[in-house]
Amino acid sequence: MSEPVSYRLPHLSTQPPLLHPAYVSSQKRAPTLPLIRAPHTSSELSGPIFSASSVEPRICDLTRQSSGAPIGERIVVSGKVLDEDARPVRHTLIEIWQANAAGRYLHKKDQHDAPLDPHFTGCGHTLTDDEGRYRFVTVRPGAYPWRNHANAWRPAHIHFSVFGPAFASRLVTQMYFPGDVLQAYDPIFNSIADEAARARLVAGFDWDSTIPETALGFRFDIVLRGSRVTPMEK
Amino acid sequence: MSLVPTSSQTVGPFFSIALGRLCNENIAAGTAAGECMAIAGRVLDGDGMPVPDAVLEIWQADARGIYPRNGEKEDSSTAKGLCGFGRVATNEHGEFRFVSVKPGSGSDTEGREHAPHLLVSIFMRGLLTRLMTRIYFPDEPRNANDLVLGLVPEERRDTLIAKVADRAAGSFQWNVILQGTDETVFFEW
Repeated sequence: MSEPVSYRLPHLSTQPPLLHPAYVSSQKRAPTLPLIRAPHTSSELSGPIFSASSVEPRICDLTRQSSGAPIGERIVVSGKVLDEDARPVRHTLIEIWQANAAGRYLHKKDQHDAPLDPHFTGCGHTLTDDEGRYRFVTVRPGAYPWRNHANAWRPAHIHFSVFGPAFASRLVTQMYFPGDVLQAYDPIFNSIADEAARARLVAGFDWDSTIPETALGFRFDIVLRGSRVTPMEK
Repeated sequence: MSLVPTSSQTVGPFFSIALGRLCNENIAAGTAAGECMAIAGRVLDGDGMPVPDAVLEIWQADARGIYPRNGEKEDSSTAKGLCGFGRVATNEHGEFRFVSVKPGSGSDTEGREHAPHLLVSIFMRGLLTRLMTRIYFPDEPRNANDLVLGLVPEERRDTLIAKVADRAAGSFQWNVILQGTDETVFFEW
């Protein structure tokens, strides 16, 4: 076994800044002083590892968490979690959450005047397999209004939380859907300066994961920071 | 082959429906060896207003300074009862609290000793990427030689050092100040 000695620094234009004034909530919450760059010690190079016993195996199918079926267009969302060297990130915990097909979250503070779905929680989790693969079945989330600016609407999206092998590899992001016209107007999506990086947050339509007569498939691969390892590996 | 890491996005305001499952203010299950402690504090925004929708993730070593190799209490291969990972959300007053055992000092791969500390990731609506910081302890002589603390300008180090709230009870206070005077030090790792 090799031990990582550090994780690579982010490619700056591909990660959003802390302050993005068009995203109004960032104005009072983003730190104003520069971050202090620090080396990786054993603290940042380790992290929680979640085993199969911490996962409910069937919860990755969000269409079967209830006695009835949720309303909406059933979809499969699947992909791989890789590191920068395209090595699979195995057995890592992924947590997802999303609005229902009407654009409403099952959260007491979501006051959007759209119906809740008694058969849809909008959340699930899973572990990646030996090749870094994951798969969720869900319904396509709806767009919803928010109060960032006049007539603001979030494009349809699914939140993803991924741990990876270390504190340094932790990532929370959002997956978007291809062809959604609202992306062009969304300050959260457009907080990422690099166009190609933004495009990678948009899932690809994927015939291969489509279930005939049941669900369309979307593919969303996630790349976590790569580690440098000790020369002892070779 | 070289891939570019996926861009971060905010957790937004409704993360608790999914992240709540692993929220656990008890990092040490009450059976871990070491000195029990509680850390409580508030998260405050640039107006000094409490942030009621933040979530903090804690990562720490056991009382010997060794990191658990598994995030689950029952499988921990280091200190029995210590999972090392905690996740706590703030309440409507911006307050959070967790209990654990005080971590020991460890050393890095190059053998440098570091002072006892906890790592913290902070997520909230308005943060497009997480914030990363550390909590250190007061009255700790090893702070003086800690590699990471040493990178912080002296006048800002206090933002990383918890204050004693009740010495007998082992309770500390540590606040997250997002902006302004006493802004907490955050790291780029």
